[in-house]
Amino acid sequence: MKKILNVALPKGRLGEKVYAMFEAAGFECPSIKEQNRKLIFENEEVGVRYFWVKPSDIAIYVERGAADIGVAGKDILLEYNPDVYELLDLGIGKCRMAVAAKSDFRDDPQRTLRVATKFSNIAQSYYTSVDRDIDIIHLNGSIEIAPILDLSDVIVDIVETGKTLKENDLEVFETIVPISARLIANKSSFKFKNELIEKIVCEISAQLEARND
Amino acid sequence: MIINDTVLKYDEKVIFALRELYSRYGYSQYKMSKFEEYDLYVRNKDFLISDGVITFTDTNGRLMALKPDVTLSIIKNSKDIPGFVQKLYYDENVYRVSDRTHTFKEIMQVGLECIGDIDDYSILEVVSLAAKSLVKISDSSVLDISHLGILSAMFDLAGIPESDRDRIMKLVGEKNVHELERECRGLGVEDDYTEQIKALVSTYGAPKTVLPRLKELLCDEAFAEPLSQLENIVASLDGDEYSHIIRIDFSVISDIKYYNGIVFKGFISGIPQSVLSGGQYDRLMRKMQKRSGAVGFAVYLDLLERLISESRKYDVDTVILCDRTANVSTVRKAVEEYAAKGSVSVQRSLPDKYTYKRLVRISEGEVTEIEENT
Repeated sequence: MKKILNVALPKGRLGEKVYAMFEAAGFECPSIKEQNRKLIFENEEVGVRYFWVKPSDIAIYVERGAADIGVAGKDILLEYNPDVYELLDLGIGKCRMAVAAKSDFRDDPQRTLRVATKFSNIAQSYYTSVDRDIDIIHLNGSIEIAPILDLSDVIVDIVETGKTLKENDLEVFETIVPISARLIANKSSFKFKNELIEKIVCEISAQLEARND
Repeated sequence: MIINDTVLKYDEKVIFALRELYSRYGYSQYKMSKFEEYDLYVRNKDFLISDGVITFTDTNGRLMALKPDVTLSIIKNSKDIPGFVQKLYYDENVYRVSDRTHTFKEIMQVGLECIGDIDDYSILEVVSLAAKSLVKISDSSVLDISHLGILSAMFDLAGIPESDRDRIMKLVGEKNVHELERECRGLGVEDDYTEQIKALVSTYGAPKTVLPRLKELLCDEAFAEPLSQLENIVASLDGDEYSHIIRIDFSVISDIKYYNGIVFKGFISGIPQSVLSGGQYDRLMRKMQKRSGAVGFAVYLDLLERLISESRKYDVDTVILCDRTANVSTVRKAVEEYAAKGSVSVQRSLPDKYTYKRLVRISEGEVTEIEENT
């Protein structure tokens, strides 16, 4: 029986870009472009099955083997630290994890810094690395509002263009880490579907090199 | 006593098969108490797979722990005897935090340890038993082997400071070549060494294809000893019925504070994480004031339930329905008859969703089969 590679793609514009890379690598699946409500798309001939997943869930699908490979943001990988292989930096979905605050913010080291974020682990390990005592305020969205309402002193969040920050009189004070989309693989699948995975890695690497030349 | 193995669960069958295998190679069973003094674990906390240990205060005031691991206890009780190797296996429940549920779980673990004056043969024997264990568990398995001596020599040559090695090792374990390149550049590692590290981490495959590449890649004298040990071990396994599952993979990493030399991990198709993990851990022995060397591995049996493809279709094979007035001798005779064909349960009524293959009713002394499901 032919092996089928299960690929978790992030829903949205990033996922479409990623699919285009897989398609150019010879793993096309025309049914994915049809306008319908299907969630899973398969091309048995080339041995691939795609499914759209919420971007923050991709690492879970891959770590637990429901997907053999997937594409996840480095932010998610740093936050959840899944036990997976990180095979390629796709160089798309680029942004940065940053510390931002109101433009008149001055850090007072005498006081515990109040940090609002969706990314508690990233924030905690960043401030541990600079020996700063913090109070994490975990929020699930609209992080930018926290310093405006004095819920926090700073926020740790993803910054793409900085437009939202600027419109709310916030600015970036520190970049913690650059973020981009990464190709990840389940460790066990890498052993048992090695040929297919290596082929994809090789083809997409060639695309990335061509893009950088 | 003859045991009908159809009543055994899959992991129970595996335990029997592995015990038989390890006994055949001269390993004797190590039994330990459920509790050990907490001190043993807290001194070697990094060696444990999970941080959490269940503790309680004993009646004499000593702080005790429900064992999260067996290896530490085996080492504690081992003796340094020149020229002698102690060979032990265990099947024990350990108590640790599950990385999936983040709550404490009781986990059945089987493993073996070879402690004492170990040599290349001892290491070869343990690696081959790891491979045999995997083959006994599943037709489709892989044993990845690495040598920490090669990685350490590479880091020494590249001038990677000790303080940065944990971070670098994490990236090696992720096969994260792109970030390794960035880190090496940040540490001022020469380009040639960066390329060698990247090549080493990307190398994966059967020894026959990988070893010639490694020999080309690792020319420096510093690699001679570990490379030759790795080569000899995989060459000795070549031709065995399980040699097809051996792969060389330098992303198999273990804590270099405890492990040295050969390390390995086993995978089974259909299980998303490694089910077997082991290696040579002389450094842990030194930390525990032992002069001997040691090599061993553990098999995580809790992961095997994912291998059972079919869940149980029926609660029981035969249900015998009868009321209180039924003659007990008639009921017993019917039970004996159907017990020969499988499991039997006598009930007066059945709850919803209770499933059975066959339904039998005893009414007015008559035994009638009234339903048969296939």
